[in-house]
Amino acid sequence: MNFKTTTLRSLKFIDGMPVEGTLKGNHMTIAVLLKQVPDTTAKISVNGGRVDENAVSKWSFSPYDEYALEAALQLKESAGGEIVAITAGPARCEKLLRDAAAVGADTLVHISAENFNEFDSTQVQNLLAAAVQKSSASVIFCGKQAADTNAGSTGPGVAELIGASCVTLVSEVSSDGGGYTATRPSSAGHEKVAVSAPCVFAFDKGVSEMRRPNVRGIMMAKKKPIETWTVGDLGVDIGANGVNIDSHSPPAEKPPGQKFEGAESVSTVVSKLRDEANVI
Amino acid sequence: MECTVIAETSGNSIHPITAQLVGAASSLGATPIVVVPGGAGAEEAASIDGVSKVISVVGDCFSTFDSGAWASAIASQCSGVVIAGATPIGREVASRVAAKKGIPIIQDATDLATGITITRPIYSGKAVETSTVSGDCVITLRANAFDAAGSDGSASVNVVNQSADISIAVKEAISKASERLDVSEADIIISGGRGIGQKENFSHLEEVADIIGAAVGASRAVVDEWGMPHSMQVGQTGKTVTPSLYIAVGISGAIQHLAGMRSSKYIVAINKDPDAPIFGVADYGIVATWEEAVPALKSALTAL
Repeated sequence: MNFKTTTLRSLKFIDGMPVEGTLKGNHMTIAVLLKQVPDTTAKISVNGGRVDENAVSKWSFSPYDEYALEAALQLKESAGGEIVAITAGPARCEKLLRDAAAVGADTLVHISAENFNEFDSTQVQNLLAAAVQKSSASVIFCGKQAADTNAGSTGPGVAELIGASCVTLVSEVSSDGGGYTATRPSSAGHEKVAVSAPCVFAFDKGVSEMRRPNVRGIMMAKKKPIETWTVGDLGVDIGANGVNIDSHSPPAEKPPGQKFEGAESVSTVVSKLRDEANVI
Repeated sequence: MECTVIAETSGNSIHPITAQLVGAASSLGATPIVVVPGGAGAEEAASIDGVSKVISVVGDCFSTFDSGAWASAIASQCSGVVIAGATPIGREVASRVAAKKGIPIIQDATDLATGITITRPIYSGKAVETSTVSGDCVITLRANAFDAAGSDGSASVNVVNQSADISIAVKEAISKASERLDVSEADIIISGGRGIGQKENFSHLEEVADIIGAAVGASRAVVDEWGMPHSMQVGQTGKTVTPSLYIAVGISGAIQHLAGMRSSKYIVAINKDPDAPIFGVADYGIVATWEEAVPALKSALTAL
């Protein structure tokens, strides 16, 4: 791992008086794993036993990935370093990388795999872990789960494969130059935990929404090169698929419910909850 | 079929989902080994019907949640098809066990059939996927989607001392703002949305919640706009919940909200707009203002 931290002495001025401070020249590389998914407002339709991707009206960042990217940008601003945005999937995913570049991702990596949706978790994680290692990142940010499969296997799985610690459901990460402090939920509420690189932070809803790109960012992003890595380039044997997807189908239609008018019907509904539904 | 259930613990006892995991394993014809990380409630696990043996793995690493350490300590006890709960801890430990063994993981299954054929919701419930796995694999199961096994069993408990290096240190504990029941733990949830006007009106929902032992949830709109805690948020960027009863008050039913609660067993919707999409998923819809309906609900529940 190329992980170097150098701390340079410098002088800061507060109210005209020089005070000692530190300027961090931190060569930390943060990999942000991003997934392009149908926008959460998009309708999902099924055609021929598969979700029809051509019918998806809008593709977006998976929402938790946006929190991860924003947190990575904030960590870079406070502690220095460089952000490598990594995504895996078909050609349409390049748009996602441009959007990440527009808000500040430094390097863009596209793991090109047209049949990515048919890969099982082992294959996906092997690919991503190989890309993370090739990028020399020692800190990995990702969403706690993607909005398509809602699984949440990728963060901890990649951590296992690269021998990293993993903190999930993270809302905030900071660095003191050496290690990292992350906030995660606990049975009592929340806790701040200390962890060292290499580590994976899988984000829940973060403290701030992803920033909007400015015009300059969008222009710069258009010119930014995208590194395309194939399975062959990564030199990884992703293994055979152990999960065969039989079919996708629309969710079972719920039988229409009973509808009542006016607050005077509340007591009727409460009786039904007790006698029909047996839930109270 | 060789099968291992990773128990979910809660404080010093077994979480109720554990009996559901065993019930699901039994429905596949397995008599699973139950592995209890940290050993809390191992005796209780032994009393679940259909368990062949309980392995209580005890070690210092279980005092802090570190999925890497936990997986290292328990992985050698997990063989065959490994089943865990689709809870935050279950999902994370299961992911690492799968990656360690190089076997696939399928999360959040809502149905299993011999084969093994696995059904799970995808796109937050907007579609359903069925897949088949022939070799060893790890499967996590959605809470309340499977019938729990009974509690007349008497399996033996083997204690294994096995720890692993912890790489996560707790520096500071921050306690909850309120002692209210968490939506992800509750069997009944009453949630409020923008329709209830303002943050202060949540006190009326809390009063109802106190009568029936419910948790109080919220839509994304009020979490973002009124600064309600994110832990209360139900929906796509909040929690996915499957309580027995979900009462939505003043929630119109945006697709992202429905994604988080549509698989609740029974849904009651209270909304003044008869065309609100929430009525499309409600078992019992009440077209009324919250100002009238919530007090009526309070008195009807108190009268039970």
